[in-house]
Amino acid sequence: MKVERWTRTSRVFTGGLAVSVVILAAVPLIFDPDVVQKLTTLLILVLLAAMWNALAGYGGLLSVGQQAFIGMGAYATVFFANLGVPPYAAMLVATVVAGAISVPISLFALRLRAAQFAIGMWVIAEVASIVVRLDQNLGAGTGISLIQLNQYEPNFRQAYTFWLALGFAVIFLAALFLLLRSPLGVSLQAIRDDEDAARSIGVRVASRKRLLFVLAAFGCSAAGVLVVANTLFIEPGSVFSVQWSAYMIFMVLVGGLGTFEGPILGAILLFAIQATFTQGGPWYLVGLGATAAVFALALPRGLWGTVEERLGLRLMPVGYRVVGAKREETDG
Amino acid sequence: MTILNAILQGIFLGAFYAVLACGLSIMFGVMRIINLAHGDVAVLGAYIVLVIVDRTGVSAFVAFLIALPVMVVLGYALHFSVLERSLRAGILTPLLATFGLSIVIQNLLQLAFSPDVHSLGGSAGAVTTSSWQVTGGLSVSALGVLVLVTAVVVFGALQLLLSNTRLGWMMRATAEDADAAELVGINSRAVYASATALAVVIAALGGLFLGIRSVFDPVSGPTQLIFAFEAVVIGGMGSLWGTLLGGIALGIAQTLGAQIHPQFAVLAGHLLFLAVLVARFGGARVVLRTAR
Repeated sequence: MKVERWTRTSRVFTGGLAVSVVILAAVPLIFDPDVVQKLTTLLILVLLAAMWNALAGYGGLLSVGQQAFIGMGAYATVFFANLGVPPYAAMLVATVVAGAISVPISLFALRLRAAQFAIGMWVIAEVASIVVRLDQNLGAGTGISLIQLNQYEPNFRQAYTFWLALGFAVIFLAALFLLLRSPLGVSLQAIRDDEDAARSIGVRVASRKRLLFVLAAFGCSAAGVLVVANTLFIEPGSVFSVQWSAYMIFMVLVGGLGTFEGPILGAILLFAIQATFTQGGPWYLVGLGATAAVFALALPRGLWGTVEERLGLRLMPVGYRVVGAKREETDG
Repeated sequence: MTILNAILQGIFLGAFYAVLACGLSIMFGVMRIINLAHGDVAVLGAYIVLVIVDRTGVSAFVAFLIALPVMVVLGYALHFSVLERSLRAGILTPLLATFGLSIVIQNLLQLAFSPDVHSLGGSAGAVTTSSWQVTGGLSVSALGVLVLVTAVVVFGALQLLLSNTRLGWMMRATAEDADAAELVGINSRAVYASATALAVVIAALGGLFLGIRSVFDPVSGPTQLIFAFEAVVIGGMGSLWGTLLGGIALGIAQTLGAQIHPQFAVLAGHLLFLAVLVARFGGARVVLRTAR
């Protein structure tokens, strides 16, 4: 009997993922700007889904307020660009600043459980939204454009933004991947499976959760930065909207809560649905909400979790498998 | 005098929040879950009243009485379709499922009634317009008094229900320990369903007041949910009378905030809520842990 991480499938897939990142990097050289813009949206969705899953899937922290960081990332970009920082540098500064706000928030937010945490984060997002509305320099309630990006040729601008999105997605997914594979990751997966049991065998649950909370905040801030770079205009009503949480919940629940691959699958599905129902509209949202509720009740492991369970398929090696005579396997 | 008047108006506003929060408090007390669609259920109630008013021409209050049986049925349906399943599946599932339900209700209302705003004020009679001028700066509106009296009556009736009726005893027993309650012959399934139905009916009363006090549209629900939840938390989760006081504290914070700047009204309420969480998180943590 031996313990292994990599299987042939996961080797092939992880290698394939690396190759596909290289191929994706060439997208702006080949496709029209509007295709590039759509794919940037897909990368934003992947990033958001992975970050929401890091919180809920591994930390057991269900937030309905991650739009706080999306909005702060977006508005911080405009704020620093207006101070004269070059726009793409402003985006990096904004990601760090908006993400860092999560550290003081975590000091008290992580003490809350279940609904208190979920709605507490939502209220924090509402507060951030009201503060922006009070600031005339940020366009108050009517919104503001990132005019500094107009200095670039549209084709180049769309390409730069796409590469930034690809970079952010790779960095944050790799960070999550490495985190889950590290010794810390084993304790995170233990918390995911049973928080009280993990605590009783000495896992420092609070500090592990803080790590995930801060990672997710940086990731959502990066997504917010990309939103303003991709659309060039933001308003508090949409960038701080709870609709972001609805999308994140949908992607993660359908893809597979607590799996690494699931949220990526969920993001691709949501992207495909959005591309199909371009009109949006109430029926589309009724469908999203109902699907999320049905998955929560009937298929809590989501599509990928179910596939993984049935077939023992593991594309990204974040756990261990025990290979014995009976080829029995376990999770990390 | 304007401060005194702001506080008075805050009490009236807070009584409205307390009515909205009451059902949330009942469900948390009995089942330890928060229904994220609670605000949307209240708005749904307002729309049902609106439809009855439009079809029959009766006043909004009569329409609410007609709507009551519908709300009871909806409450049981909500429980058996969504909540009962989610209760068995851990602490995050009720939140996820009811959040999905919230989106469904908002958008079905959008489809049925268009995104336009509606009000029940016109069909509520003289109560919406009459007020008494106590002194120069202090005015007491009939509607404010009506909402406050209703809130006290609702909370008082609930207290009587919990302490003097068989259903109330069963609710308290189930809240204390559902398994032990089952052992002595209480059907916890039925008790949970009754608690949900009760919560939905009172949410609809909140929706009625929302429609009479101001306007509502299909997406008004989430804001009402946040205010209701803030009232529950400020008053102390799981405490019934605490919810009434929490609602009033929230209302006063909002009207006092509005004195500084209209935009500060909601902000002041949020800040009070966050301050209470910061001040009490140690205690709240213990309560929640013992609750599980």
